[in-house]
Amino acid sequence: MNHSSRVLRVVGSWILAAGLLGAAPLTQALEDKLVVVTSFPKDLTGAFKAAFEKKYPGVKVEMLKKKTTAGVKYLQETASNNTSDMFWASAPDAFEVLKGDGLLQKYQVKATGIPDMIGAYPINDPDGYYKGFAGAGYGIMWNERYIKAKKLPAPRDWSDLAKPVYHGHVGMSAPSRSGTTHLTVETLLQGQGWEKGWAEWKAIAGNFNTVTERSFGVPDGVNSGQFGLGVVIDFFGLSSQASGFPVDFVYPSVTTLVPANIAIVANAPHPEAAGAFIEFLMSLQGQELLLNPKIRRLPVRPDIYGKAPADFPNPFKDKSIGAAVKFDVVKSKNRYNLVNSLFDVMITYRLDDLRAATKAIQDAEAALSGKSNAEAQRLIDEAKALVGAVPVDEATALDPDFAAVFKKKRKKATDKVTGRQAEVEAEWDKLVKANYAKAKTLAEQAKSML
Amino acid sequence: MTTFARTPFGPAGVAILLGVFLLVFLVIPVAKVVFVAFQDPNTGAPTLVNFVDFFNTSLFRESFFNSLYVALMSVVVASVIAMPLAYFTTRFNFNGAILIQTLGVIPLIMPPFVGAVAMQLLFGTNGSINLLLDEWFGINIPFMEGLNGVILVESIHYFPFILINLSAALNNIDRAMEESAQNLGASGLRLFRRIVFPLAMPGYVAGASLVFLKVFDDLGTPLLLNVNNMLAPQAYLRISSIGISDPMGYVISVILVLFSLFALWTSFLAMRGKEYATVQKGGGGLMKRDLRVWEKAGAYAVVIFTLLIVLSPHIGLTLLSFGTIWSFSVLPDAYTLANYQEVIGTTSEYITNTMLYAGLAALIDVVFGTAIAYLVWRTGLVGRQWLDYLATGALAIPGVVLGIGYLRTFYDVEVPFLDKPLASWWVIIVVALAVRRLPYALRACVAALQQVAVALEEAAENLGATKFRTVKRVVVPLMSGGIIAGFITSFATAAVELSATIMLVSAESDAPLSYGIYVFMQSAAGRGPGAALGMIAVIIVGVATYLSHRVIERGKRERALEAALAGGV
Repeated sequence: MNHSSRVLRVVGSWILAAGLLGAAPLTQALEDKLVVVTSFPKDLTGAFKAAFEKKYPGVKVEMLKKKTTAGVKYLQETASNNTSDMFWASAPDAFEVLKGDGLLQKYQVKATGIPDMIGAYPINDPDGYYKGFAGAGYGIMWNERYIKAKKLPAPRDWSDLAKPVYHGHVGMSAPSRSGTTHLTVETLLQGQGWEKGWAEWKAIAGNFNTVTERSFGVPDGVNSGQFGLGVVIDFFGLSSQASGFPVDFVYPSVTTLVPANIAIVANAPHPEAAGAFIEFLMSLQGQELLLNPKIRRLPVRPDIYGKAPADFPNPFKDKSIGAAVKFDVVKSKNRYNLVNSLFDVMITYRLDDLRAATKAIQDAEAALSGKSNAEAQRLIDEAKALVGAVPVDEATALDPDFAAVFKKKRKKATDKVTGRQAEVEAEWDKLVKANYAKAKTLAEQAKSML
Repeated sequence: MTTFARTPFGPAGVAILLGVFLLVFLVIPVAKVVFVAFQDPNTGAPTLVNFVDFFNTSLFRESFFNSLYVALMSVVVASVIAMPLAYFTTRFNFNGAILIQTLGVIPLIMPPFVGAVAMQLLFGTNGSINLLLDEWFGINIPFMEGLNGVILVESIHYFPFILINLSAALNNIDRAMEESAQNLGASGLRLFRRIVFPLAMPGYVAGASLVFLKVFDDLGTPLLLNVNNMLAPQAYLRISSIGISDPMGYVISVILVLFSLFALWTSFLAMRGKEYATVQKGGGGLMKRDLRVWEKAGAYAVVIFTLLIVLSPHIGLTLLSFGTIWSFSVLPDAYTLANYQEVIGTTSEYITNTMLYAGLAALIDVVFGTAIAYLVWRTGLVGRQWLDYLATGALAIPGVVLGIGYLRTFYDVEVPFLDKPLASWWVIIVVALAVRRLPYALRACVAALQQVAVALEEAAENLGATKFRTVKRVVVPLMSGGIIAGFITSFATAAVELSATIMLVSAESDAPLSYGIYVFMQSAAGRGPGAALGMIAVIIVGVATYLSHRVIERGKRERALEAALAGGV
């Protein structure tokens, strides 16, 4: 670290400040600094930082990179003495958490030409705290070399991932680890219904190679060929492809477009610069940067798509992208932690058991195909039902008293909740483990009959 | 160790200062986070019900046994790797011994993220080795599957703890011991088994217990290999999710700390009641002998094979940093310098920060480590063991917990004159690194001190030297090998630490290299440049390690020369 230059900078800023005070108030100048806490990769933040600093030469932009969860924690822990101006990340849920804690401030966007909705999702926070600047949808990416070497077909839809041919080839992150993955899981649950949605997720998860700890672990695994297919947010797939990896990406029919967001932190030390940054992000110039092959996000201004490459998806024109599900934000928020916990208990931590049961079922079904054996079919159906079973029904999951167990943050010392998360999870785990074991036995029994 | 020697308060004063440091920068911040473990999640009342929940959950019991199994197996595999390297280089006249000792430290310097990516590319189910095996023999070996992968990566990563401490101990054995044994007719394996190995025991146990504790608590490796059913990942996954202040994560942390202390206590017991110190010094370690030609060939074969394995992550990293696209193929598609060009402009600040932080942290560690070792083993102060337990307990604190604890404790403390919170001043990163790496330096210092005979100090004091003069002129110089070993391990590992750092970095200009690598490794296009930055980190720390080896060697020669001159006069 260059301390002398830092001292110079500090002294310099005093002199500058003194000069400004003397000359004020000529124009309402921006502050000389802007601190942005962001989870976005350098390719994206670097491009915006450079362009913004070029437009406003007096402002120095600091991009503090923290993954979404760590960024939220950082803002929460530092709120008493806040030094950050903005929070800039994908998952709307993270912004909801900050909003709930009173850590964001409202801002009214001046730029015009931005519609209210992208796909079926409102672009901006209805309460006015955070703003969508780009759309993102979820889909499936795969490694061309991998599927060629293993002779696998290219997938089209979520249900394809549950096919036996993909056993052991699929990767995904856990919703508790990544806000974007949470949205993918929730979208399918809302699109297919609670019971059917979970059954489908478990059918897909039975084919998992791994559950990665970071959301970027999925494109990374597909890019390196560690596993063949991954459930990812579109820009991971599109930007990997643009970086030269032999991969491809598809939007399945049930997906939702969700805006990536930006917000000003409460008590931001540089509010004027923060406002200018939002305006820049929403401007034609800012939105066009999103088309950069290394960034590849869907702009929220429909007028930008004219400048996009031919194969670039346009959600404002192609209504099939992300329109199938009307995403219910309130529902998602109410069971947020519960869905995370259920996914981990049923899938992440019991992946080996789930895989073994799924494999047994797939083998039995393969043996059954072309033959007719009512008893074997019954056993297989029973095994499938056991694997698909969810320990809580939707009504219970949405019951605020029950969900409170997972909300652990008691707002006041006087708040009381009955039951403990660990207690509930231990019960689920017992049930799930027994179900998987029984399903495996049943499927093996069915196979032995054939 | 001048700070120690000049302190005016005597041993008790030093002990109190160290105690206060550990209290403020370890106990209080951790307590601020961990107290949740003892709180009823529903009412906030103090309770132990969370621990009951822990033992009632089959997942946690399974995680506990997995962690134990992985830690024990890693000690075994790491010993197999480290012992021949330590023995060959200290026992025989071996060209390039210094190179082996330096290369042997390199595995410790594995920057986050890139290491696992490199290992997967080489050893994964669809990595280079398995692609080749599949093509030639149609087989696939699950090197990296589940717990296997964790054991493989952990032993490759942490065996240097054993190598360094064992080599230091072997170098410290008095030649006279060996000569006496030989005069009494012992040789070969019997000499090794009955004399050399027992005398080197403190070093081996120091290294092995570090490996055990480190692996038991390690978070990064299982996470990067997506193995969740172990204790540390369970704690981390529960602590770091949004909105979760679930007590189980902290319960697991408490259990990690307790078990680590228990393991440490066991190693104390194992060492108790035995005498490892040798009185004479200056003989300069074991007798070295020349190898016969075929022996030499054999030794080289073993060494090269071992090095190939332990350096494989770095081989992978090198390929990754020079490669263009590497996807489902044995080697990258093409080679380029573009990755280095991309990072070169941004690195200088990261590098200076890393050297500054890791250097200061390691310095603090060896000073404190020496002081604590001396207080614990050579004074009769009441409660002195607690300094050791506390300092070592830092091993068991997940970096995230320490990071959050610091933010919680020091965010409202203003630094005088600077007008900013202590938690966002770069010095706090140094303190965090020092606290996290103190156990490494401490174990090395303890092992070194155990090999110094008390009689030497008594002699110095009988000759009229004060306690501090004795420590400064006799004890510390005799411990220098161990102290340097401690410095190197602390420095090298602090240079690539990420988990606490990432919580504490509050300005890009304060960020160290590991943070820079993290930033690059978040995008598909950043994998190559991230690997290039990782290579730069490895090279810098490697060079620093090599130089410090050279310094010790020169110091040794000078002392030997002085002794010879003094003898001649």
